[in-house]
Amino acid sequence: MTLGFVMLCHTALDRAAEVARYWASRDCPVVVHVDKRTSGSQVAQMQSDLADLDNVRFSTRHACEWGTWGIVAATQAAASLMLREFPQVRHVYLASGSCLPLRPVEEMRAYLDDRPRTDFIESVTTADVGWTMGGLDYERFTLRFPFSWRKHRWLFDNYVELQRKFRIRRAIPAGIVPHLGSQWWCLTRQTLSAILEGPDRADHDRYFRKVWIPDESYFQTLVRQVSTNVESRSLTLSKFDFQGKPHIFYDDHLQLLKRSDCFVARKIWPRAEKLYASFLSPTAGDEPRAEPNPGKIDRLFAKAVERRTTGRAGLYMQSRFPNGEWAQGRTAAPYSVFEGFADVFENFETWLSKVSGSRVHGHLFSPERVEFAGGVSVYNGAMSDSAALRDYNPRSFLTNLIWNTRGERQCFQFGPSDNQKIAGFIAADPNAQISVISGAFAVPLFQSNRNFSEIRAEAARLQRIESDLLAELRGPHVKAKVRIWTLAEFIESPMEPLQSIVDEISPRSLRRLAEVPRMVDLTGFGQFLQNLRNQGMQPVLMGDFPAGQDYPNAAGRRPRPYLVK
Amino acid sequence: MGASPPQDHRKTELPPLKRGAVALWQRLRWKLRLRLQRQMLLARAIRKRRELRLISDRRASIRKTDSLAVICLRNEAVRLPHFLSHYRKLGVGHFLVIDNASTDGSAALLAAEPDVSVWRTEASYRSARFGLDWTNWLLLRYGHGHWCLTVDADELLVYPNCETRPLPALTKWLESTGQVAMPAMMLELYPEGPLGAEDYRAGEDPLTVLPWFDAGNYSVIRQPKLDNLWIQGGPRARVFFANDPRRAPTLNKLPLVKWHWRYAYLNSTHTALPATLNHVYATAGGATTSGVLLHTKFLPQILEKSAEEKERREHFADPRRFGSYYDGLIEAPVLFCERSTRYTGWRQLEALGLLSRGGWL
Repeated sequence: MTLGFVMLCHTALDRAAEVARYWASRDCPVVVHVDKRTSGSQVAQMQSDLADLDNVRFSTRHACEWGTWGIVAATQAAASLMLREFPQVRHVYLASGSCLPLRPVEEMRAYLDDRPRTDFIESVTTADVGWTMGGLDYERFTLRFPFSWRKHRWLFDNYVELQRKFRIRRAIPAGIVPHLGSQWWCLTRQTLSAILEGPDRADHDRYFRKVWIPDESYFQTLVRQVSTNVESRSLTLSKFDFQGKPHIFYDDHLQLLKRSDCFVARKIWPRAEKLYASFLSPTAGDEPRAEPNPGKIDRLFAKAVERRTTGRAGLYMQSRFPNGEWAQGRTAAPYSVFEGFADVFENFETWLSKVSGSRVHGHLFSPERVEFAGGVSVYNGAMSDSAALRDYNPRSFLTNLIWNTRGERQCFQFGPSDNQKIAGFIAADPNAQISVISGAFAVPLFQSNRNFSEIRAEAARLQRIESDLLAELRGPHVKAKVRIWTLAEFIESPMEPLQSIVDEISPRSLRRLAEVPRMVDLTGFGQFLQNLRNQGMQPVLMGDFPAGQDYPNAAGRRPRPYLVK
Repeated sequence: MGASPPQDHRKTELPPLKRGAVALWQRLRWKLRLRLQRQMLLARAIRKRRELRLISDRRASIRKTDSLAVICLRNEAVRLPHFLSHYRKLGVGHFLVIDNASTDGSAALLAAEPDVSVWRTEASYRSARFGLDWTNWLLLRYGHGHWCLTVDADELLVYPNCETRPLPALTKWLESTGQVAMPAMMLELYPEGPLGAEDYRAGEDPLTVLPWFDAGNYSVIRQPKLDNLWIQGGPRARVFFANDPRRAPTLNKLPLVKWHWRYAYLNSTHTALPATLNHVYATAGGATTSGVLLHTKFLPQILEKSAEEKERREHFADPRRFGSYYDGLIEAPVLFCERSTRYTGWRQLEALGLLSRGGWL
């Protein structure tokens, strides 16, 4: 008892001949079908290449356009020839010209000898298939498809639509339960002959002739009527890309294919010299093998498809540029923006980087230069500290920074004196954690040694800018996690906000803050605000500060620096 | 060939979209304008063909399925041996070379190669729109139906799995996904010390002398007029154009196209017409297949070349504005910085997000 191969070929006949020779010379009869559209000289060449083998036959040629009946007709013709010419064959394996055996025939024969009555064919009811592209599954059996999908796509699509609209259906013949599955199967003589020689064959053929992609449904459906032992999987390793087209294997897949432990793989790149040389060599498959398990590499292929369809979040590059509306994955990783904290605390940056274990930058969007952490002039990815370069494309600047530092949380200071162009982008980014102490910009002014008229003008300008930012952060399109305190609220109880921010940045170190940053001396700040008021400016963002001299610090209600018990 | 002209300084936004008939009319007018522009480019290319003189004719060996490389060069004898071997390894079938008045024996070197056809011209590079008219002519005449790779002599293409999968495998994959062009941005390579300090001899791999690059400082914007991405950045932006980033070199390129005689390159190989060719990137979150052109401009010869090009004024639309740029180059600057990345291969570029497989596993 042995195994016979039916090979459907259309191009790269030299490679197909190589594989046919490999099987035939190992006592497995081969029937070759060559697409009618392939040129005669190529076929003649192949026939003469294989002329010395007495167990190779060439079957009647049919034109095999994808998705049409021709492929089934070719399979029927070749399989019938196989059953007729080689009575010793028990299992017939349907392969293509771009298939490659991954394991020695002897192993395959032994595997099938252990399962002499089993038909290996993927056969799934239409309700259960998840892989059909374009949404045609059950409708393959109930609609008509007179137009070529390849050549007349518009007619094809619209004729389908038309039939849907007017609910025109074909009746499915009695006894047929539509099943779909991979085109590549391995059937026993009993099953195959029952299908090919069955009394209803003419009726079935007439029906399936007009089914869409019958090669994925003809045998898959009929096998359910005649076989008692269907193992619903294909022995051929075949992977599909994001468009549902078969993946091609190249030389660099050698290890992957070896690991798959499948018997046969398709499609192989015809010029993959290393693959052909390695798997067709006489010593191939010396290593011990396990049960076929294409699942091992499924994950890899699923990942490739995912990369194609969803890509890597936060990456903007020459072949990936998500639309503006694409809010998910604006940036590669979560990051934190602090407004006013560095004004209120003297050593906020060093403190934050110590307690949260993240990278804390100064004002990245400062008008003079980019204040990278540590004051360096170039940062990860060779990012320059030039303000002009940054302001030329602030979005790219920020997305680059977050992309270049994946794996390390980034925090930076922001304020009304910084370049505000980036604000809208950050506000709509779900990765951003924005914490604002509104009105804190007044603190450096309060401490500065400038003329009061200048201070007043500057305070008014900064307040206007910060108001705009707060309006943006309270707007309807905000996706960032935003927290806003007025300066008065914040200094009233600074610990809780700090604790919750740090917890969010480094959730693993859930413990009470042992050390808090040193707050600047605000003695006299209330009077300062009152002076601004007296000069005609209206400081509103700072919250409610009493005008008297004795606001918290002076009153000594709290010792400084703050320490938590 | 050498520095590429920066993108035009025209406005990048389309006029605000209006509703209905007005919008339709605006779009139509824009499309017609591009169409006219493309026809003008083709007309120029056809006219400029007279400036080319075929001096080494191996065209008979071009097969129907070959990928073609089209190159316009001047004085590249030092780079050519490695250049040719790199692209032969990738599976380029035939090289179509325009030699713009080389004086260093480039033409003789190329004429000896069996798979290179050479055209010679003494005409002005600049008035041929930086050689583009000549390139467009060769593409129009010989490129139709072929996958064509239009590169400079200092650009080396890498793409996913390029060491095991030759160009025919790549182009077949691109075709199967419906991509008729593949983007490959320029990645500028530089030495560790000042430019011009190392020693490079013809035939060597330039990467041994220029192993460093900038990994992540690129500015990307979409230009709706031509539907392309405009990428700038890299070491030259960082060192020479830090105060005037708009004039920093354009890095996006579209070197590999399944050519049709109706196509034309518009602005170096950065953009092409019809504009749909430029839409090679995914906008719904995914990523298409892309490569990278390793730019070996900064080989030691750069110093003499810059001095010469500054005098010739054949590069850039407005050469006067780039005088200081050439001065900067002639002074042998250091492009290397402590955050430079050493090149190890395409897998590294993929991990850094500079190229992507686009599902081509």
